[in-house]
Amino acid sequence: MQVPAPFEYERATSVDHALALLERHGPEARVIAGGHSLLPMMKLRLARPEMLIDINDLSDLDYIKIDSGEIAVGAMTRHVSILDSALLAEHYSIFREAEKVIADPIVRNRGTIGGSFCQADPSEDLSAVGAALRATMVIRSSSGTRTVAARDFHDGPYQTLVGPAEMLVEIRFPIRPGSGSAYEKVERRAGDWAIAAAGTFVRLDGDTVADCGIGLTAVGVEHFACGAAEDFLRGKQATADNIAAAGQICHDAADPQADQRGPVDYKRHLARELVTRALTRSAARARGEKV
Amino acid sequence: MDVTMNVNGDEVTRDVEPRLLLVHFLRDELRLTGTHWGCDTSNCGACTVWIDQQPVKSCTTLAVMAGGHDVRTVEDLDPGTGLDPVQEGFMLEHGLQCGFCTPGMMMTARWLLDKNPDPDEATIRECISGNICRCTGYENIVRAVRWAANHEADATANQPEGASA
Repeated sequence: MQVPAPFEYERATSVDHALALLERHGPEARVIAGGHSLLPMMKLRLARPEMLIDINDLSDLDYIKIDSGEIAVGAMTRHVSILDSALLAEHYSIFREAEKVIADPIVRNRGTIGGSFCQADPSEDLSAVGAALRATMVIRSSSGTRTVAARDFHDGPYQTLVGPAEMLVEIRFPIRPGSGSAYEKVERRAGDWAIAAAGTFVRLDGDTVADCGIGLTAVGVEHFACGAAEDFLRGKQATADNIAAAGQICHDAADPQADQRGPVDYKRHLARELVTRALTRSAARARGEKV
Repeated sequence: MDVTMNVNGDEVTRDVEPRLLLVHFLRDELRLTGTHWGCDTSNCGACTVWIDQQPVKSCTTLAVMAGGHDVRTVEDLDPGTGLDPVQEGFMLEHGLQCGFCTPGMMMTARWLLDKNPDPDEATIRECISGNICRCTGYENIVRAVRWAANHEADATANQPEGASA
Protein backbone atom coordinates (compact mmCIF):
# COMPACT_ATOMS: atom_id res chain seq x y z
CA MET A 1 0.00 0.00 0.00
CA GLN A 2 1.30 3.44 -0.91
CA VAL A 3 0.71 5.87 1.93
CA PRO A 4 1.99 9.42 2.18
CA ALA A 5 4.08 10.42 5.18
CA PRO A 6 2.05 12.20 7.88
CA PHE A 7 1.19 15.84 7.36
CA GLU A 8 -1.14 18.49 8.65
CA TYR A 9 -4.05 19.66 6.55
CA GLU A 10 -5.96 22.88 6.34
CA ARG A 11 -8.42 24.27 3.85
CA ALA A 12 -7.88 27.75 2.53
CA THR A 13 -10.97 29.91 2.36
CA SER A 14 -9.41 32.61 0.17
CA VAL A 15 -6.19 33.29 -1.71
CA ASP A 16 -5.09 35.61 1.12
CA HIS A 17 -5.78 32.85 3.62
CA ALA A 18 -3.76 30.37 1.56
CA LEU A 19 -0.87 32.83 1.37
CA ALA A 20 -1.03 33.47 5.13
CA LEU A 21 -0.90 29.72 5.76
CA LEU A 22 2.08 29.38 3.41
CA GLU A 23 3.87 32.15 5.26
CA ARG A 24 3.09 30.69 8.65
CA HIS A 25 4.19 27.14 7.82
CA GLY A 26 7.25 27.94 5.73
CA PRO A 27 8.90 25.99 2.92
CA GLU A 28 7.61 22.57 4.06
CA ALA A 29 4.03 23.59 3.28
CA ARG A 30 2.52 22.76 -0.09
CA VAL A 31 -0.62 23.87 -1.87
CA ILE A 32 -2.83 21.03 -3.09
CA ALA A 33 -5.45 21.46 -5.80
CA GLY A 34 -6.51 18.41 -7.83
CA GLY A 35 -3.76 16.42 -6.17
CA HIS A 36 -3.11 14.23 -9.19
CA SER A 37 0.54 15.21 -9.39
CA LEU A 38 1.35 15.88 -5.74
CA LEU A 39 -0.35 12.89 -4.11
CA PRO A 40 1.42 10.30 -6.28
CA MET A 41 4.73 12.00 -5.41
CA MET A 42 3.78 11.92 -1.73
CA LYS A 43 2.84 8.25 -1.90
CA LEU A 44 6.27 7.47 -3.28
CA ARG A 45 7.75 9.73 -0.55
CA LEU A 46 9.43 11.78 -3.25
CA ALA A 47 7.54 14.67 -1.69
CA ARG A 48 7.08 14.93 2.09
CA PRO A 49 5.35 18.20 2.85
CA GLU A 50 4.59 18.77 6.51
CA MET A 51 1.52 20.80 5.74
CA LEU A 52 -1.02 20.62 2.92
CA ILE A 53 -3.09 23.68 2.12
CA ASP A 54 -6.17 22.64 0.17
CA ILE A 55 -7.28 25.33 -2.29
CA ASN A 56 -10.16 23.38 -3.86
CA ASP A 57 -12.67 25.78 -2.28
CA LEU A 58 -11.15 28.79 -4.07
CA SER A 59 -13.71 28.89 -6.86
CA ASP A 60 -12.64 32.48 -7.59
CA LEU A 61 -9.52 30.95 -9.17
CA ASP A 62 -11.63 28.82 -11.53
CA TYR A 63 -12.28 30.87 -14.66
CA ILE A 64 -11.45 31.32 -18.34
CA LYS A 65 -12.06 34.87 -19.53
CA ILE A 66 -10.90 37.62 -21.84
CA ASP A 67 -9.00 40.29 -19.95
CA SER A 68 -7.10 43.19 -21.55
CA GLY A 69 -6.70 41.44 -24.91
CA GLU A 70 -5.49 38.20 -23.35
CA ILE A 71 -7.14 35.01 -22.27
CA ALA A 72 -6.80 34.70 -18.51
CA VAL A 73 -7.14 31.25 -16.97
CA GLY A 74 -7.40 30.88 -13.20
CA ALA A 75 -4.99 28.45 -11.57
CA MET A 76 -7.82 26.29 -10.15
CA THR A 77 -9.35 25.72 -13.59
CA ARG A 78 -9.61 21.99 -14.13
CA HIS A 79 -8.47 20.18 -17.26
CA VAL A 80 -12.06 19.28 -18.17
CA SER A 81 -13.00 22.99 -18.23
CA ILE A 82 -10.08 23.79 -20.53
CA LEU A 83 -11.02 20.90 -22.82
CA ASP A 84 -14.64 22.05 -22.99
CA SER A 85 -13.98 25.81 -23.23
CA ALA A 86 -15.51 27.35 -26.35
CA LEU A 87 -13.57 30.55 -25.67
CA LEU A 88 -10.20 28.79 -25.72
CA ALA A 89 -11.19 26.71 -28.75
CA GLU A 90 -12.23 29.83 -30.63
CA HIS A 91 -8.75 31.34 -30.29
CA TYR A 92 -6.46 28.33 -30.07
CA SER A 93 -7.03 24.76 -31.28
CA ILE A 94 -3.97 23.73 -29.30
CA PHE A 95 -5.87 23.60 -25.99
CA ARG A 96 -8.46 21.05 -27.06
CA GLU A 97 -5.87 18.95 -28.88
CA ALA A 98 -3.55 18.93 -25.87
CA GLU A 99 -6.24 18.38 -23.27
CA LYS A 100 -7.74 15.43 -25.15
CA VAL A 101 -4.50 13.55 -24.57
CA ILE A 102 -3.77 14.64 -21.00
CA ALA A 103 -4.36 11.68 -18.71
CA ASP A 104 -7.96 10.41 -18.95
CA PRO A 105 -11.43 11.92 -18.45
CA ILE A 106 -11.59 11.01 -14.76
CA VAL A 107 -8.22 12.53 -13.95
CA ARG A 108 -9.17 15.59 -16.01
CA ASN A 109 -12.15 16.08 -13.71
CA ARG A 110 -9.74 16.84 -10.86
CA GLY A 111 -6.38 17.99 -12.22
CA THR A 112 -5.85 21.73 -12.63
CA ILE A 113 -3.82 23.95 -14.94
CA GLY A 114 -2.03 25.53 -11.98
CA GLY A 115 -1.09 22.16 -10.58
CA SER A 116 0.20 21.00 -13.95
CA PHE A 117 2.49 23.99 -14.34
CA CYS A 118 3.68 23.94 -10.73
CA GLN A 119 4.44 20.23 -10.75
CA ALA A 120 6.87 21.14 -13.56
CA ASP A 121 7.17 17.58 -14.77
CA PRO A 122 9.57 17.58 -17.74
CA SER A 123 6.99 15.55 -19.72
CA GLU A 124 4.02 17.76 -18.89
CA ASP A 125 1.81 18.84 -21.79
CA LEU A 126 0.45 22.24 -20.74
CA SER A 127 3.98 23.47 -20.07
CA ALA A 128 4.71 22.97 -23.77
CA VAL A 129 1.47 24.78 -24.63
CA GLY A 130 2.40 27.67 -22.34
CA ALA A 131 5.88 27.86 -23.85
CA ALA A 132 4.53 27.73 -27.43
CA LEU A 133 2.01 30.51 -26.83
CA ARG A 134 4.47 32.52 -24.70
CA ALA A 135 2.08 32.66 -21.79
CA THR A 136 2.56 34.83 -18.72
CA MET A 137 2.38 33.36 -15.25
CA VAL A 138 0.83 35.49 -12.52
CA ILE A 139 2.26 34.77 -9.08
CA ARG A 140 0.88 36.22 -5.86
CA SER A 141 2.30 36.70 -2.39
CA SER A 142 1.10 38.72 0.56
CA SER A 143 3.17 41.64 -0.69
CA GLY A 144 1.59 41.72 -4.14
CA THR A 145 1.58 40.22 -7.61
CA ARG A 146 4.43 39.57 -10.02
CA THR A 147 4.49 38.07 -13.48
CA VAL A 148 6.96 35.66 -15.02
CA ALA A 149 7.17 34.54 -18.64
CA ALA A 150 6.15 30.90 -19.08
CA ARG A 151 9.57 30.31 -20.63
CA ASP A 152 11.26 31.51 -17.45
CA PHE A 153 8.84 29.80 -15.07
CA HIS A 154 10.62 26.46 -14.83
CA ASP A 155 13.88 26.34 -12.96
CA GLY A 156 14.61 22.73 -13.88
CA PRO A 157 12.73 19.45 -13.58
CA TYR A 158 10.04 19.73 -10.90
CA GLN A 159 11.21 23.23 -10.00
CA THR A 160 9.57 26.58 -10.64
CA LEU A 161 10.18 30.19 -9.68
CA VAL A 162 7.18 30.14 -7.33
CA GLY A 163 8.63 30.92 -3.89
CA PRO A 164 7.69 29.27 -0.59
CA ALA A 165 5.20 31.99 0.36
CA GLU A 166 3.86 32.48 -3.16
CA MET A 167 1.08 30.97 -5.26
CA LEU A 168 0.51 30.75 -8.99
CA VAL A 169 -2.94 32.31 -9.42
CA GLU A 170 -3.38 32.88 -13.15
CA ILE A 171 -1.96 32.00 -16.56
CA ARG A 172 -2.41 34.52 -19.37
CA PHE A 173 -2.31 33.73 -23.07
CA PRO A 174 -1.96 36.51 -25.66
CA ILE A 175 -4.67 36.55 -28.33
CA ARG A 176 -3.22 36.50 -31.85
CA PRO A 177 -5.73 37.16 -34.63
CA GLY A 178 -4.77 35.46 -37.88
CA SER A 179 -2.95 32.64 -36.16
CA GLY A 180 -3.46 28.88 -36.05
CA SER A 181 -2.23 26.36 -33.49
CA ALA A 182 -1.99 22.62 -32.98
CA TYR A 183 -0.74 19.93 -30.59
CA GLU A 184 0.81 16.57 -31.49
CA LYS A 185 1.63 13.87 -28.96
CA VAL A 186 2.83 10.30 -29.13
CA GLU A 187 2.14 8.18 -26.07
CA ARG A 188 2.50 4.49 -25.33
CA ARG A 189 -1.13 4.08 -24.39
CA ALA A 190 -4.19 6.23 -23.74
CA GLY A 191 -3.60 8.59 -20.85
CA ASP A 192 0.14 8.10 -20.52
CA TRP A 193 2.80 10.76 -20.31
CA ALA A 194 4.24 11.80 -23.65
CA ILE A 195 7.07 9.90 -25.28
CA ALA A 196 7.34 13.24 -27.02
CA ALA A 197 4.91 16.03 -27.84
CA ALA A 198 4.95 19.34 -29.66
CA GLY A 199 2.65 22.34 -29.57
CA THR A 200 2.90 25.22 -32.01
CA PHE A 201 1.24 28.36 -33.24
CA VAL A 202 1.80 30.16 -36.52
CA ARG A 203 0.64 33.68 -37.37
CA LEU A 204 0.69 34.47 -41.05
CA ASP A 205 0.99 37.71 -42.99
CA GLY A 206 0.01 36.53 -46.45
CA ASP A 207 2.00 33.33 -46.57
CA THR A 208 4.89 34.72 -44.58
CA VAL A 209 5.33 33.59 -41.00
CA ALA A 210 4.90 36.83 -39.07
CA ASP A 211 5.29 35.03 -35.75
CA CYS A 212 5.39 31.51 -34.42
CA GLY A 213 5.87 29.56 -31.21
CA ILE A 214 7.25 26.06 -30.79
CA GLY A 215 6.82 24.16 -27.54
CA LEU A 216 8.17 20.68 -26.89
CA THR A 217 7.81 18.35 -23.96
CA ALA A 218 9.62 15.20 -22.81
CA VAL A 219 12.58 15.71 -25.16
CA GLY A 220 14.87 17.76 -22.97
CA VAL A 221 14.69 21.18 -24.56
CA GLU A 222 15.22 24.05 -22.13
CA HIS A 223 12.08 25.79 -20.91
CA PHE A 224 9.91 23.56 -23.16
CA ALA A 225 10.66 25.78 -26.19
CA CYS A 226 12.85 25.82 -29.27
CA GLY A 227 13.70 29.47 -29.95
CA ALA A 228 16.22 28.61 -32.67
CA ALA A 229 13.55 26.97 -34.82
CA GLU A 230 11.20 29.91 -34.24
CA ASP A 231 13.92 32.38 -35.26
CA PHE A 232 14.57 30.34 -38.40
CA LEU A 233 10.92 30.29 -39.44
CA ARG A 234 9.97 33.87 -38.64
CA GLY A 235 9.91 36.00 -41.81
CA LYS A 236 10.03 32.97 -44.10
CA GLN A 237 7.32 31.52 -46.30
CA ALA A 238 5.25 28.82 -44.58
CA THR A 239 6.30 26.18 -47.10
CA ALA A 240 6.65 22.47 -46.42
CA ASP A 241 10.43 22.75 -46.85
CA ASN A 242 10.80 25.59 -44.36
CA ILE A 243 8.54 23.85 -41.86
CA ALA A 244 10.52 20.62 -42.24
CA ALA A 245 13.74 22.57 -41.70
CA ALA A 246 12.29 24.01 -38.48
CA GLY A 247 11.47 20.44 -37.44
CA GLN A 248 15.07 19.45 -38.10
CA ILE A 249 16.33 22.27 -35.86
CA CYS A 250 14.11 20.89 -33.08
CA HIS A 251 15.52 17.41 -33.71
CA ASP A 252 19.02 18.78 -33.28
CA ALA A 253 18.10 20.85 -30.21
CA ALA A 254 16.41 17.94 -28.43
CA ASP A 255 18.42 16.29 -25.70
CA PRO A 256 16.13 13.54 -24.43
CA GLN A 257 16.96 10.74 -22.05
CA ALA A 258 16.55 7.10 -22.96
CA ASP A 259 14.04 5.43 -20.68
CA GLN A 260 11.23 2.89 -20.77
CA ARG A 261 9.38 5.15 -23.18
CA GLY A 262 12.04 4.90 -25.85
CA PRO A 263 15.64 5.47 -26.95
CA VAL A 264 17.22 8.85 -27.65
CA ASP A 265 17.16 8.65 -31.45
CA TYR A 266 13.46 7.75 -31.49
CA LYS A 267 12.55 10.68 -29.26
CA ARG A 268 14.59 13.08 -31.40
CA HIS A 269 12.90 11.67 -34.48
CA LEU A 270 9.56 12.36 -32.81
CA ALA A 271 10.62 15.92 -31.98
CA ARG A 272 11.21 16.56 -35.68
CA GLU A 273 8.09 14.80 -36.91
CA LEU A 274 5.69 16.21 -34.34
CA VAL A 275 6.93 19.78 -34.72
CA THR A 276 6.63 19.46 -38.49
CA ARG A 277 3.09 18.13 -38.26
CA ALA A 278 1.99 20.68 -35.68
CA LEU A 279 3.47 23.58 -37.67
CA THR A 280 1.85 22.32 -40.87
CA ARG A 281 -1.56 22.15 -39.24
CA SER A 282 -1.05 25.50 -37.47
CA ALA A 283 -0.21 27.20 -40.78
CA ALA A 284 -3.22 25.61 -42.50
CA ARG A 285 -5.48 26.86 -39.71
CA ALA A 286 -3.93 30.32 -39.95
CA ARG A 287 -5.00 30.27 -43.62
CA GLY A 288 -8.52 29.48 -42.50
CA GLU A 289 -8.48 25.84 -43.56
CA LYS A 290 -10.55 23.43 -41.49
CA VAL A 291 -8.02 20.82 -40.49
CA MET B 1 -9.18 15.32 12.36
CA ASP B 2 -12.93 15.02 11.91
CA VAL B 3 -14.24 14.72 8.39
CA THR B 4 -17.92 14.80 7.49
CA MET B 5 -19.26 13.95 4.07
CA ASN B 6 -22.42 12.64 2.50
CA VAL B 7 -21.91 9.10 1.21
CA ASN B 8 -24.72 7.59 -0.83
CA GLY B 9 -27.23 9.91 0.82
CA ASP B 10 -26.07 9.40 4.42
CA GLU B 11 -24.03 11.92 6.35
CA VAL B 12 -21.02 10.25 7.93
CA THR B 13 -18.38 11.64 10.28
CA ARG B 14 -15.11 9.98 11.19
CA ASP B 15 -11.92 10.98 12.94
CA VAL B 16 -9.18 10.27 10.39
CA GLU B 17 -5.57 11.04 9.66
CA PRO B 18 -5.25 13.67 6.91
CA ARG B 19 -3.17 11.21 4.89
CA LEU B 20 -6.00 8.66 4.67
CA LEU B 21 -7.03 8.21 1.04
CA LEU B 22 -10.69 8.30 0.12
CA VAL B 23 -10.61 4.73 -1.19
CA HIS B 24 -9.44 3.43 2.19
CA PHE B 25 -11.92 5.64 4.02
CA LEU B 26 -14.75 4.10 2.02
CA ARG B 27 -13.51 0.53 2.29
CA ASP B 28 -12.01 0.40 5.78
CA GLU B 29 -13.93 3.02 7.74
CA LEU B 30 -17.35 2.65 6.11
CA ARG B 31 -16.94 -0.98 4.95
CA LEU B 32 -18.18 -0.02 1.50
CA THR B 33 -15.98 -2.55 -0.24
CA GLY B 34 -17.68 -2.27 -3.63
CA THR B 35 -15.12 0.41 -4.50
CA HIS B 36 -11.97 -1.46 -5.39
CA TRP B 37 -8.44 -0.52 -4.56
CA GLY B 38 -6.25 -1.25 -7.55
CA CYS B 39 -3.08 0.29 -8.91
CA ASP B 40 -2.72 3.06 -6.30
CA THR B 41 -1.36 5.34 -9.05
CA SER B 42 -4.57 6.80 -10.57
CA ASN B 43 -4.10 4.70 -13.70
CA CYS B 44 -6.49 1.78 -13.40
CA GLY B 45 -9.74 3.40 -12.30
CA ALA B 46 -10.94 0.50 -10.14
CA CYS B 47 -11.37 3.02 -7.31
CA THR B 48 -13.61 5.37 -9.31
CA VAL B 49 -16.36 7.01 -7.24
CA TRP B 50 -18.30 10.20 -7.74
CA ILE B 51 -17.69 13.43 -5.88
CA ASP B 52 -20.46 15.95 -6.53
CA GLN B 53 -21.73 14.06 -9.60
CA GLN B 54 -18.32 13.62 -11.23
CA PRO B 55 -16.20 10.47 -11.29
CA VAL B 56 -12.83 10.77 -9.56
CA LYS B 57 -10.12 8.31 -8.64
CA SER B 58 -10.47 7.81 -4.91
CA CYS B 59 -6.91 6.47 -4.57
CA THR B 60 -5.67 9.92 -5.51
CA THR B 61 -8.05 11.91 -3.32
CA LEU B 62 -7.62 12.44 0.39
CA ALA B 63 -10.67 11.59 2.48
CA VAL B 64 -10.43 15.04 4.07
CA MET B 65 -10.63 16.63 0.61
CA ALA B 66 -14.06 15.02 0.18
CA GLY B 67 -15.28 16.63 3.42
CA GLY B 68 -18.47 18.62 2.88
CA HIS B 69 -19.06 16.97 -0.48
CA ASP B 70 -21.42 14.31 -1.84
CA VAL B 71 -19.74 10.98 -2.53
CA ARG B 72 -21.49 8.25 -4.50
CA THR B 73 -20.16 4.71 -4.69
CA VAL B 74 -21.19 1.65 -6.68
CA GLU B 75 -23.35 0.52 -3.74
CA ASP B 76 -25.70 3.38 -4.60
CA LEU B 77 -26.19 2.42 -8.25
CA ASP B 78 -29.01 0.09 -7.29
CA PRO B 79 -31.48 2.43 -5.65
CA GLY B 80 -33.24 -0.48 -3.93
CA THR B 81 -35.81 -0.95 -6.67
CA GLY B 82 -33.69 -3.13 -8.92
CA LEU B 83 -30.46 -2.90 -10.83
CA ASP B 84 -29.41 0.21 -12.65
CA PRO B 85 -29.54 -0.35 -16.44
CA VAL B 86 -25.75 -0.09 -16.50
CA GLN B 87 -25.54 -2.99 -14.04
CA GLU B 88 -28.06 -4.96 -16.08
CA GLY B 89 -26.10 -4.26 -19.23
CA PHE B 90 -22.86 -5.55 -17.69
CA MET B 91 -24.70 -8.69 -16.61
CA LEU B 92 -26.49 -9.40 -19.88
CA GLU B 93 -23.63 -8.48 -22.21
CA HIS B 94 -20.97 -10.23 -20.11
CA GLY B 95 -19.21 -6.94 -19.42
CA LEU B 96 -17.02 -8.59 -16.80
CA GLN B 97 -15.01 -11.67 -16.15
CA CYS B 98 -13.05 -11.27 -12.93
CA GLY B 99 -15.07 -8.21 -11.94
CA PHE B 100 -12.24 -6.23 -10.42
CA CYS B 101 -12.62 -3.23 -12.72
CA THR B 102 -16.41 -3.41 -12.81
CA PRO B 103 -17.35 -0.97 -10.01
CA GLY B 104 -15.17 1.74 -11.51
CA MET B 105 -16.31 0.95 -15.05
CA MET B 106 -19.94 1.22 -14.03
CA MET B 107 -19.51 4.50 -12.17
CA THR B 108 -17.82 5.99 -15.22
CA ALA B 109 -20.45 4.53 -17.56
CA ARG B 110 -23.31 5.91 -15.46
CA TRP B 111 -21.71 9.37 -15.60
CA LEU B 112 -21.33 9.12 -19.36
CA LEU B 113 -24.95 8.13 -19.95
CA ASP B 114 -26.21 10.87 -17.64
CA LYS B 115 -24.55 13.53 -19.77
CA ASN B 116 -24.76 11.74 -23.14
CA PRO B 117 -27.64 9.23 -23.37
CA ASP B 118 -26.66 8.04 -26.87
CA PRO B 119 -22.86 7.72 -27.04
CA ASP B 120 -21.22 6.05 -30.04
CA GLU B 121 -18.53 3.42 -29.61
CA ALA B 122 -15.63 5.87 -29.90
CA THR B 123 -17.16 8.11 -27.23
CA ILE B 124 -17.63 5.16 -24.88
CA ARG B 125 -14.05 3.97 -25.42
CA GLU B 126 -12.67 7.45 -24.83
CA CYS B 127 -14.74 7.87 -21.68
CA ILE B 128 -13.59 4.59 -20.12
CA SER B 129 -9.96 5.16 -21.14
CA GLY B 130 -9.14 5.83 -17.49
CA ASN B 131 -10.59 2.47 -16.43
CA ILE B 132 -8.44 -0.53 -17.22
CA CYS B 133 -9.84 -4.03 -17.78
CA ARG B 134 -7.44 -6.92 -18.20
CA CYS B 135 -10.07 -9.59 -19.00
CA THR B 136 -12.59 -8.55 -21.59
CA GLY B 137 -10.67 -6.63 -24.21
CA TYR B 138 -13.35 -3.97 -23.66
CA GLU B 139 -15.65 -5.29 -26.42
CA ASN B 140 -18.28 -6.55 -24.02
CA ILE B 141 -17.95 -3.49 -21.81
CA VAL B 142 -18.73 -1.24 -24.76
CA ARG B 143 -21.70 -3.52 -25.59
CA ALA B 144 -22.86 -3.33 -21.99
CA VAL B 145 -22.85 0.46 -22.00
CA ARG B 146 -24.64 0.49 -25.35
CA TRP B 147 -27.19 -1.97 -23.96
CA ALA B 148 -27.89 0.41 -21.09
CA ALA B 149 -28.19 3.36 -23.49
CA ASN B 150 -30.64 1.46 -25.72
CA HIS B 151 -32.60 0.18 -22.74
CA GLU B 152 -32.96 3.67 -21.30
CA ALA B 153 -33.99 5.08 -24.70
CA ASP B 154 -36.64 2.37 -25.03
CA ALA B 155 -37.88 3.00 -21.52
CA THR B 156 -38.25 6.72 -22.27
CA ALA B 157 -40.01 6.02 -25.59
CA ASN B 158 -42.42 3.58 -23.98
CA GLN B 159 -43.35 5.84 -21.12
CA PRO B 160 -47.11 6.43 -20.90
CA GLU B 161 -48.07 9.88 -22.09
CA GLY B 162 -47.94 12.49 -19.37
CA ALA B 163 -45.66 10.42 -17.17
CA SER B 164 -42.48 12.08 -16.02
CA ALA B 165 -39.11 10.44 -15.62
